[in-house]
Amino acid sequence: MVGLNERELSWNAPSPRLRVLRRYEVAAGTLGALILAVGIAIALEETAAAVAAVVVVILAGAIADVVAGRRVRAWGYAERDEDLMVRRGVMFRRMSVIPYGRMQYVEVTAGPFERTFGLATVQMHTAAAASDARIPGLPAAEAARLRGQLTSLGESHAMGL
Amino acid sequence: MSDPPAPWPPTGATAAERQAAAGLGGSWQRLHPLSPFVRAGRGVIGIVILLLIPTSGGGGGTSSDLIHVGVIVVLFVLGFISWLVTRWRVQDGVLRVESGLIRRTSERFPLSRIQAIDTVRPGLARVFGLAELRIRLASGSGKAGRLAYLTNAEAETLRVRLLDMSHSSSAATQAAEATAATDAAEATASRPEQTLVTVPPGRLFASLLLTGSGLVLELAVVVLAVLAVVAPGVAAAAFSAGALVLIGLAFGLFRRFNGDYGLSVTDAADGLRLRSGLVETSAETIPRGRIQAIRMVEPLAWRLCGWCRLEVDVAGQKSRGRQDRNQARAGRALLPVGSREQAALLLASVFPGAPDERLVPPRRARWKSPLRFHYLSWGSNAHYAVATSGRIRRVTDWVPLAKVQSVRLLEGPVQRRLELSSVHLDTAGRKVHAVLRDRDRAEAQRLMQQLPERCREAR
Repeated sequence: MVGLNERELSWNAPSPRLRVLRRYEVAAGTLGALILAVGIAIALEETAAAVAAVVVVILAGAIADVVAGRRVRAWGYAERDEDLMVRRGVMFRRMSVIPYGRMQYVEVTAGPFERTFGLATVQMHTAAAASDARIPGLPAAEAARLRGQLTSLGESHAMGL
Repeated sequence: MSDPPAPWPPTGATAAERQAAAGLGGSWQRLHPLSPFVRAGRGVIGIVILLLIPTSGGGGGTSSDLIHVGVIVVLFVLGFISWLVTRWRVQDGVLRVESGLIRRTSERFPLSRIQAIDTVRPGLARVFGLAELRIRLASGSGKAGRLAYLTNAEAETLRVRLLDMSHSSSAATQAAEATAATDAAEATASRPEQTLVTVPPGRLFASLLLTGSGLVLELAVVVLAVLAVVAPGVAAAAFSAGALVLIGLAFGLFRRFNGDYGLSVTDAADGLRLRSGLVETSAETIPRGRIQAIRMVEPLAWRLCGWCRLEVDVAGQKSRGRQDRNQARAGRALLPVGSREQAALLLASVFPGAPDERLVPPRRARWKSPLRFHYLSWGSNAHYAVATSGRIRRVTDWVPLAKVQSVRLLEGPVQRRLELSSVHLDTAGRKVHAVLRDRDRAEAQRLMQQLPERCREAR
């Protein structure tokens, strides 16, 4: 998968801050699960169960963090002459090639948490609903540059349905 | 608004044509006065019957009679108002339809964007000699412009004129569209309509009995019949329990029968013209260049008879509108049921020179897709790609490379262990996408490099 014309392609990765954001997300989820588990165990007055729950939840959180890290590292995009390439996924690996001329519009979104990290998600839409060209965790400036770049390339390569 | 509505019933084609011409000329026109009644259709008939039953029973007093009359009058007035405030006109190459009294909507349909214009005639409309025009654009919501209802003559005049106008305006504005328009113009000049395929009702009926839901229905009927002989009590209980499901199944089958009855495909100047329908008839034109993909479906029972179904896919995402729900689910049938030869003929007419030779996936793909493996294959040439899949229900998809929107490679956990990948060719169609399943990883990687380029060359 990674071997695809590696010599000429320069893959760009999402910002390292996305890794931090994902870590916070996993930590928040783990904390919630922890409070819930311990609360239930205390309500049932089972000390042993409480300890076991804490261990299990923390372990699960650590695994989730590792998985999230691998998923962040798997994201990548490359702007080629005629098309945009996006790759992602660890378990299910995906790679998309979307010709600029097929672009219908570009969407830039930034949720509240992404915004606090100065990140944004860029998505390129084609007329096909199945097209999958989403790039999360781009620094705001890079997202703006990519949006402008894609828009102008889309206009110059435009073709009908 | 200033124009008086056309006299009704129209004295002849001239009145209808006059009205259509006035609308095309830019003055507001109303729809046919019976439109609200026809549009409410079955609902109105149901309400009327419901209202009449107790009165005809003789039990109802004058007060309930008055209520019934009141309800009918209110419905009548509402219908009249909705007719009064709905109007249309064509101005500056844009069809405008205004409707609604309190929540006023004004829709604009640029003629240059018209994909096709369909004529639909539900049963009730046919009784009154009315027709609905459905103007399809390539909008994402899949929403169609509706002019319901016009008189037959008016609808036909309007359809021809609107298509003409759409061709000329699109030729003027868009270079990409220009080729299609000139093609069509050329064809208009020379080619007469030529019937490609018709479907005999007997075969359609038999084929529906052999579909999945048809077989379930038959099985249920047989079981019920046997039960009725052996144990009538149990049969009655079983029937009352499953009646709704059975009626639903039967209704669904009838709807397909009704929709595809007497289908004929003709090779018209501006594309393929499909005419079909038993109670509700429809005539639609699918411009050749707009076809995004073709799918051939062969369920197990049909294969024994050598039958297949051919569906076409046109641009537009899943429609939410009630009117297109039926089509969105089943795909528009180019051939509801037919022999392989008929399918090949249609295919050659729509996608000339589609590839024949196929490549099978590597042997180890059997571990990932044990059932599907049997028919799994794909092929391509300079212009088209074709992929076959499915074991019980064999499905073959043809996609013109020129219509491919994006190319995707997907590798699941099982596939990774077997060094296999699937390559998806996405099109703007509603449901058909070619999937080259379980190819060797090296081949898939090569395809990911080559296909985008080949798609570009095909355009």
